[in-house]
Amino acid sequence: MEKYRIDESKGMEFGIYTLGDHLPNPLTGERISAKERVHEIIEYAKLAEQAGVDFFSVGESHQDYFATQAHTVVLSAIAQATEKIKIASSSTIISTSDPVRVYEDFSTIDLISGGRAEIVAGRASRVGLFDLLGYDVRNYEELFEEKFELLLKLNEEEVVNWNGEFRAPLRDARVLPRPVAGSMPIWRAVGGTPASAMKAGYAGVPMFMAHLGGSTAVFKRTIDAYRQAARAGGHDPAQLPVATAGFFYAADSMQQALKDLYPHINEGMKLTNGQGFPKQLFAQGADPQNIMNVGSPQQIIEKILHQHEVFGHQRYIAQIDFGGMPFDNIRKNLELIGTEILPAIKKYTAK
Amino acid sequence: MKIVGLSGSRVGSKTWIAMDYTLGVLAAKYPDAETVLLDLADYDVQFSDGRNYLEYEGDTGYVTRTLMEADAIIIGTPIFQASIPATLKNIFDLLPVDALRDKVVSMFITAGSSKHYLIAELQLKPILAYMKAQLVQTFVFIEEQDFYRKEIVNDDVRLRLERLVEDTVILTETFTQIREAKEAEYDF
Repeated sequence: MEKYRIDESKGMEFGIYTLGDHLPNPLTGERISAKERVHEIIEYAKLAEQAGVDFFSVGESHQDYFATQAHTVVLSAIAQATEKIKIASSSTIISTSDPVRVYEDFSTIDLISGGRAEIVAGRASRVGLFDLLGYDVRNYEELFEEKFELLLKLNEEEVVNWNGEFRAPLRDARVLPRPVAGSMPIWRAVGGTPASAMKAGYAGVPMFMAHLGGSTAVFKRTIDAYRQAARAGGHDPAQLPVATAGFFYAADSMQQALKDLYPHINEGMKLTNGQGFPKQLFAQGADPQNIMNVGSPQQIIEKILHQHEVFGHQRYIAQIDFGGMPFDNIRKNLELIGTEILPAIKKYTAK
Repeated sequence: MKIVGLSGSRVGSKTWIAMDYTLGVLAAKYPDAETVLLDLADYDVQFSDGRNYLEYEGDTGYVTRTLMEADAIIIGTPIFQASIPATLKNIFDLLPVDALRDKVVSMFITAGSSKHYLIAELQLKPILAYMKAQLVQTFVFIEEQDFYRKEIVNDDVRLRLERLVEDTVILTETFTQIREAKEAEYDF
């Protein structure tokens, strides 16, 4: 786990991620400017660090209602504005980027931040960016696999010789600068299905698993499949960290949390995905065995500890700001995380 | 209430004739309902390539968006080669998983042979159920002999289509009421 900068003796890591969405607040119909949204995200990272959160990540989505297409630039601002929180992408769409440039960017962020950068590489849930950036969506799978492999190679080897289909070959290429420690943690983003997790497992790469709702037991199958595939690929699952990431909202009571969060999720998903979140499914988020971490701080602590017991994962990453969530609510959540939730999680998961 | 009449083929005229009659009944009986006709013969719809339905442009984007906005869909389709037409299947492929959640779907079939009767039961209904539609279970099966020179001449078919329209509207109203009452109970 040291390779991935994970120290299990300190307990499970608690992180925060944003997709960098730029959506109207459904309660007022108003949307802040892109400038305000980008600054809000930088401020969010600073406050997360002050609350004791371990990790903060920003995503890349090339479509309407998003503001962090240039997520590495936002991350470098966060690197400058913070001192100890780990910073990463969630995720970097490696399929439509040049792995060499991605590695250069993140190495630089690692240098700026003093060794705090990580890469989470994903395949994109929407495919509009293939047209925008000049790639053929028919190569969706292969673009990711080939470029992700190259990204991992750049991380392992300082002098690289490489040949592939989607990028010019590299001959004794030195990709510089190098990260502070010589290499960085690189994770594979996984959408929640076992088939997708197994690909991360075979390659022996840490898994960043995103989830919406559903029972914890369903996602346990995905994590089991990941570890089995890792073993089959000749890797030791005990050395491979797993992170889970999904909706989070803390309030005085479960009912209040559902009330505060639902309109943002439902209306935000309608605009970005074309389908809302069914109220019936959302209501089931209250169940202690449901993976959505909503409720009072005590209920959330119990949920996360239950998930940790089932998954044995090393990092949980909360998404709070989706769908034009007012910043005051985010601030209040960070306060509850810092004062109540984090200390309990650390206390009960430290090894 | 927004009701879309989806005519599922670019071939022939019987499905179109029956759809025209059905939407006429709908307009006469329920003038407040918003009715849209999507006759696939009028649109140049591309094959699904897996993208989100919001990302299709032109006719394809119009057709998918119109269906996603509907409260109810009346599907009319012929049967070809003992199967639903590829044009109709492509519409389902263009839409996301669970696309028909909270929508009522009813259907009528136009077929050249009574031997095709079970195609709707065995092929169409499972697709609609998988996509989470609320089904009007009874469908109208119309044969070649029920038409003469661009008109439905079998009064039984006419009356059955009228009942199909009524059932579609009543079921949509009912399911909407049930859902609204249930959602109000959640109080969030």
